[in-house]
Amino acid sequence: MADMELTGAEIVVRCLRDEGIKHVFGYPGGAVLDIYDAIYKQTAFEHILVRHEQAAVHAADAYARSTGQVGVAIVTSGPGATNAVTGIATAYMDSIPLVVISGQVPTAAIGQDAFQEVDTVGITRPCVKHNFLIKDVRDLAITLKKAFYIAATGRPGPVVVDVPKDITQHRCAYEYPASVSMRSYNPTGKGHAGQIKKAVQMLLEARRPMIYTGGGVVLGNAAPQVTDLVRTLGYPATSTLMGLGGYPAPDPLFLGMLGMHGTIEANMAMQHCDVLLAVGARFDDRVIGNPKHFSKEARRIIHIDVDPSSISKRVRVDVPIVGEVAQVLDEMQKLIQASTEQPDQAALKAWWTQIELWRAQDCLKYDRESALIKPQYVIEKLYEVTGGQAYITSDVGQHQMWAAQYYPFDQPRRWINSGGLGTMGFGLPAAMGVQMAHPDAQVACVTGEGSIQMNIQELSTCKEWKLPIKVILLNNGYLGMVRQWQEFFYEERYAESYMTSLPDFVKLAEAYGHVGIRVEKPEDVEPALRDAFGKYKDRLVFINFLTDPRENVFPMIPAGKGLSEMILV
Amino acid sequence: MRHILSLLMENESGALSRVSGLFSARGYNIESLTVAPTEDATLSRMTIVTRGSEDVIEQITKQLNKLIDVVKVQDLSDGSHIERELMLVKVRASGDLREEMKRLADIFRGSIIDVSDKTYTVELTGPGSKLDAFLQAVDPAAILETVRTGASGIGRGDRIMKI
Repeated sequence: MADMELTGAEIVVRCLRDEGIKHVFGYPGGAVLDIYDAIYKQTAFEHILVRHEQAAVHAADAYARSTGQVGVAIVTSGPGATNAVTGIATAYMDSIPLVVISGQVPTAAIGQDAFQEVDTVGITRPCVKHNFLIKDVRDLAITLKKAFYIAATGRPGPVVVDVPKDITQHRCAYEYPASVSMRSYNPTGKGHAGQIKKAVQMLLEARRPMIYTGGGVVLGNAAPQVTDLVRTLGYPATSTLMGLGGYPAPDPLFLGMLGMHGTIEANMAMQHCDVLLAVGARFDDRVIGNPKHFSKEARRIIHIDVDPSSISKRVRVDVPIVGEVAQVLDEMQKLIQASTEQPDQAALKAWWTQIELWRAQDCLKYDRESALIKPQYVIEKLYEVTGGQAYITSDVGQHQMWAAQYYPFDQPRRWINSGGLGTMGFGLPAAMGVQMAHPDAQVACVTGEGSIQMNIQELSTCKEWKLPIKVILLNNGYLGMVRQWQEFFYEERYAESYMTSLPDFVKLAEAYGHVGIRVEKPEDVEPALRDAFGKYKDRLVFINFLTDPRENVFPMIPAGKGLSEMILV
Repeated sequence: MRHILSLLMENESGALSRVSGLFSARGYNIESLTVAPTEDATLSRMTIVTRGSEDVIEQITKQLNKLIDVVKVQDLSDGSHIERELMLVKVRASGDLREEMKRLADIFRGSIIDVSDKTYTVELTGPGSKLDAFLQAVDPAAILETVRTGASGIGRGDRIMKI
């Protein structure tokens, strides 16, 4: 029926509505004018206009991280798409479900070096889970359905749908499919029963067990299962940077984060355990360091992951289990409950005695008497003032590590950071995405003076939407992590890591219509935070903490070294 | 270790670049790659010859399977299989060489598919080693041009790759 026909642009909007999308982050431009015209005429979702396309994708990404729903961003062709690439790659590295709709020049102009033309599908191919170029308006609805399905299922990831402008103007009948099936894409759901049985047997036989969890626990909504399993067995647990909150950090069974800046107890237990259960984690270089060093100690490894290619990639494992982590852990728990076998309690006790010796070294201690503001202290106070209940986004560098080390997350989806790609400039737009999804929640962006300047224009978006984000700037005047590596490994040649001519951040915040506070003394840290979350509860508050410029992140495993080769404070 | 992988994938534009991009991005090597649609035009069949340790081949197989357009991956080297490659060789065929080239083509069961006063174009199929052997048998100075397709492979007997 001709009167039921919609334009491609209207179809895009209807698909988003029918997918249940409530917030879309984006930036208009020539190729997406029709889509924006259709957005103008609808009320199903809100569109948040950012100030740079990279921020649109980071915001949509953090929206997804904090809710578990697919994030959506819309960008125009050419520079709109290339600006989005960093955001897309960030989401890809951390397996975040995202649909990015990009405009493209009209079909007839493709390949003609048209104005604002780039090969978006070609450019994004290595950093997406999948991408599509729409060639016929009749494919649009089904393709968007596929995009959401692919983004959210299996190992999640970003999907780009490139829509030429003429397609947004063509008309066809609209029908949004209720479901979609693809012969070439069938993500594994259930773990292999025989392998699960073997894994449980191995776990119960362990004398020095260790449970190592990653971002897959958060993404797979398996935090309750992990918590139950750890508590049932009484085994020590650690988490990667991406998995923080998957197990409640304040719990004594939790040894803290492991890896390059992990705790002594987590890294040593990881190195010296005899049975390792890895859940939704991928043994990456920042986690186990040198795989050869890691393999020097004999241990048996059980690895649960939804993505088969993550298994036996860097480290050979003994019991691979491909499947949704929550389902596999449920099955394991059932078998453990039904089993007559018990872990050897004497061996477990001896193992805990050893672990407590490592823990007693108190590797996260720092100088609490310093006249300078210690960045660790700021994070500890942030934890206190927010009652540990805030959503914390971060940028990339020392401040990110301190936030991960000193804010013990007790639930998943509260810690939002770019772990895989390490994207500076992520934190502020991420905080926008989180605050849009959780308008009443406390949201803080922990950042550095390097990172914040990479997407500072978003203070304007925050003003437009009255987002009461708290920007916690740990300002040490240096690109701190770069400076730390230069101090340790480049004989203190501080090449280009010192930032002069920093702006007056208080005035800058005020110029954007926000509250700015400058804090120079340790005793002013807590009052400033209390003001930010109290007196200025409904405002964006930008606190410029002038912190000790020489402070370093400890412990540290130098690149290429092993888990037991930490540099300590 | 040399492996020959067979892929069935959606016959979509860009599918080939997803495969070749995967190999270059992850530092895997491709010795040869052939692709064409199957009897079902919505599917393409690809044969990739690659080299790597068992760990690398395992990763290649997993990574290929992870591509959304890939329907099936099989390592033909896991079992008994046949592979064939097509080569066209343009050789000098004047004077004494004319008879000799004809004889050589016959010995290798090639056929001469194009003739000029001074050249023959020989068509040869077989495993890569046979094509190599032919090229070695010919005086290098007599070889004017060669073009090879790379290997296509198929499982023996009941070993069938279909969806």
